[in-house]
Amino acid sequence: MKTTTKETSQVGRSIPRLEAREKVTGRAEYIHNMRLPGMLYGKIFRSTLAHGRIRSIDVSAAAAVAGVHRVITAEDVKTVIPDPYYGPVFHDQPILAMDKVRHVGEPVAVVLASDPHVAEQAAQLIAADYEELPAVFDEVAATGSPVIVHEVLRPAGMFPDFKDLAGRKNTNLHLDFKLRRGDVETAFAAADHVFEHTFHTRQIMHTPLEPIVSLAESTDSSVTLYTASQMPSVVRMEIARLLAWPENRVRVRTAFLGGGFGAKTYIKVEALVTVCSLLTHLPVKISLTMEEQFYTITKHANTLRLKSGVTKDGRITSRLCEVWWNGGAYADIGPRLTQKSGFTAAGPYDIENVHIDSYAVYTNLPPAAGLRGFGIPTLTWAYESHTDLIARALNIDPLEFRRRNLLREGRPQATGTIMKDAAIDAVLERLAERMDWHAPFDRGSGVIRRGRGIAIGFKASISNTTSVAIVNACGDGSCSVYCNTVDMGQGSDTALAQIAAEALNIPAETIKVIHADTDVTPYDMGTLGSRSTFHMGQAVKLAAEDARDKLLALAAELGLPPETTPIAQIFRKKFGMQAGNVVGIGTFNPKSTQPDHATGLAENITPFWMIGGTGAEVEVDTETGHVRVTRLVNIADVGTPINPGIVDSQLSGAAMMQFGCTMSEGMEFDAGQVTNASLADYKIPGIRDMPDQIINEVVEARQDTGPYGAKGVGETGTFGVSPAITNAIHDAVGVRLTRLPVTPEAVYRALRAANNDALEEE
Amino acid sequence: MVPTAAQQTIRFTLNGKPVEARILPHHNLVEMLQDFGLFGARESCGQGLCGCCTVLVNGNAVSGCLYLAAFIDGADVVTVEHLASAGTLSPVQEAFLETGAFQCGFCTPGFVLMVHQLLDRNPEPTEEDIRHYLSGNLCRCASYREIIQAVRSAAEKRKSCATG
Ligand code: FES
Ligand code: FES
Repeated sequence: MKTTTKETSQVGRSIPRLEAREKVTGRAEYIHNMRLPGMLYGKIFRSTLAHGRIRSIDVSAAAAVAGVHRVITAEDVKTVIPDPYYGPVFHDQPILAMDKVRHVGEPVAVVLASDPHVAEQAAQLIAADYEELPAVFDEVAATGSPVIVHEVLRPAGMFPDFKDLAGRKNTNLHLDFKLRRGDVETAFAAADHVFEHTFHTRQIMHTPLEPIVSLAESTDSSVTLYTASQMPSVVRMEIARLLAWPENRVRVRTAFLGGGFGAKTYIKVEALVTVCSLLTHLPVKISLTMEEQFYTITKHANTLRLKSGVTKDGRITSRLCEVWWNGGAYADIGPRLTQKSGFTAAGPYDIENVHIDSYAVYTNLPPAAGLRGFGIPTLTWAYESHTDLIARALNIDPLEFRRRNLLREGRPQATGTIMKDAAIDAVLERLAERMDWHAPFDRGSGVIRRGRGIAIGFKASISNTTSVAIVNACGDGSCSVYCNTVDMGQGSDTALAQIAAEALNIPAETIKVIHADTDVTPYDMGTLGSRSTFHMGQAVKLAAEDARDKLLALAAELGLPPETTPIAQIFRKKFGMQAGNVVGIGTFNPKSTQPDHATGLAENITPFWMIGGTGAEVEVDTETGHVRVTRLVNIADVGTPINPGIVDSQLSGAAMMQFGCTMSEGMEFDAGQVTNASLADYKIPGIRDMPDQIINEVVEARQDTGPYGAKGVGETGTFGVSPAITNAIHDAVGVRLTRLPVTPEAVYRALRAANNDALEEE
Repeated sequence: MVPTAAQQTIRFTLNGKPVEARILPHHNLVEMLQDFGLFGARESCGQGLCGCCTVLVNGNAVSGCLYLAAFIDGADVVTVEHLASAGTLSPVQEAFLETGAFQCGFCTPGFVLMVHQLLDRNPEPTEEDIRHYLSGNLCRCASYREIIQAVRSAAEKRKSCATG
């Protein structure tokens, strides 16, 4: 069976993205560009208070504006959805605020008009009267605070292991993940040295350039959502659950996403546009502005405390990690992150005694969840800073210190899971080589001082999730892949086409990947956590093999030579003309075990591990605190890459995103109000911020359980960036930054403080 | 609010063809182009800070999100869609495609137009020139390294087109 002569193997080729032409001509489809006849635009009226009881909402002036179709509040929402609370872990988030507002920027009402400018102006005429309540913002203070964000916890039931949190009252702590391995206290007492450090990060916004946007169209018995979502299947389930409809009455479609990075997961404005469309019988679209995105979803601010016991020859014998995740006012997927990333908080080291407490905490800040790494870059920053500080204190080379403690293949990770297909040592060794670690290093002179640092991190993939794919061969032999993986820039369309092409023995460029439309594309948990290449890749491979086997059998049945007959000819012989389809289906659901509730231990915690190491060379201007990263080296274990070119750009893209989180990004607040909610004041990396040199490399590796040896890559480049940079700064000027971002001001203050000449705090 | 009487008709050249449009005084250029089925210029930050909405007006790159449609009256407007209107990609587009100078592609039309303008004005830019010229365009996917390569390759292509 063949269509055209295959030149080389389909996987392992750096072909351009299949949609490259549409992207350079401006013709690629994004939901943000969609318009439907008769469509209304929604503009949201938002809370100005961090915490308050709603006394009344006056929408009369807004409703009276010429051109306003309707104004909708929670009272209207309840007529469609009596219990309008959503969320993947807790049903804690109302579609529009009910009774209370819990953060500044929380949606309270929405104005609908066919001119978005009219809706926007009218929204400013809405007045809400609140009884102001005390608010809590700090993640550590919130754990013991009398200020309670949610009176009672309502687990969603999607994850069975959170059920026992139901009904928990009067606490902002909505998940505490514990891991207990060995006995840290005894080990601390026996250790030659004990080190303890605390680190802080600030809240970050994903900043996809295509904003969060959804459009709903409805009849009385069905709704179609066009939404920039990373999780079309989950959107369908959640909307169906809210409406108490069967899933098949909700249709969810996506297009290319103009970036996602975790911001477009679970549901965001999908429920709101659905309700608005059902109430008005018109299509309704809501596109958030850049400012509104800052109030919608973010990455956690954290406090992290680490304590390690070490022998005099540099073996870590015990590590205690306490991590507070500032989840903001609504849990979103934060508790999952608290647990899933929590169990790696001690780092990729072989430590006998580990004690981890990872706390998800409600506060009155905008909600927080995963951003490219699901908590891992934050944890890596803390444990790799801590590790570096220990090495320096013991006067051991930081590379050598890591070597002595590295978690190697076949050894148990903190959960007890035995490490497999995790090239931690290969990544570290290659990193050292590419950094020329043992070569003499120019340390600069005068006001410009140079330094370098390395760091390595690891991440467990999301576990117990399912992907389903369909491969369809048409009468002319052309093939399509139907799946709910969403291409948001990571190149999944191309990689999945390459996987299907390999199995079908046809060129990847001839395959079409059908974008999510839940009426026709099958279930997938979501495009997140670097799971698509592995999970959907396997499902697509299985589906393509299924189609291939059916075609081969059909050819044999027709007396055609199976291996060499073009697909079109098989159909022609069978049906007497160009007709028919052969459909293959594949389902992939790798099993793993949930961590034990009391100990956090698990035999098989993840389907695969991702490993990323970064090295940085920096120049610090000691007069201004300005840091220039001159060289950034990213080394990763991605298994065997499906498309090395795309993998390379994913690594530098991820590294640059974390570079932003390290150097300049951080939301600032005044009484819960974001004071820098604009690209003018919130600085994401631009082309001038790029390090002079970025080197990416993947180590030779193979994920046995992955499609053609591959595994995920989208997040791996983020892991080591922050600690590599702060370790390099320490190396250059001898000061340790324990808060991100490391702005010139922060560095300058640290330099002055180290000189016993601290600047006054603002 | 805005009385319909405020509607006005403007005439201008859009991608080489004379056109007219009925607009309201508060409509910006991005919105107006959508009425022509042109979606390559996209609003993202809405504040002139990201370059996703770049459009060439009388040969100059402008931020369509901040440019009132009313000011287009009589102007010559070129959007990204025009660059390949004859069916072949421009050398800049070709270079972006070949070097993979994008991931999600949302920022790409803005970068492509800016690079056109850069190479028109400076056919052999240094890396510093490139970084300087493109500093007003943001790419959250951070394809900057590949974009710099694409500019170099596009400069080469244009040179060989001109000489060949
Ligand atoms: S949308 Fe116009 S510059 Fe950002
Ligand atoms: S390619 Fe995604 S923003 Fe530039």
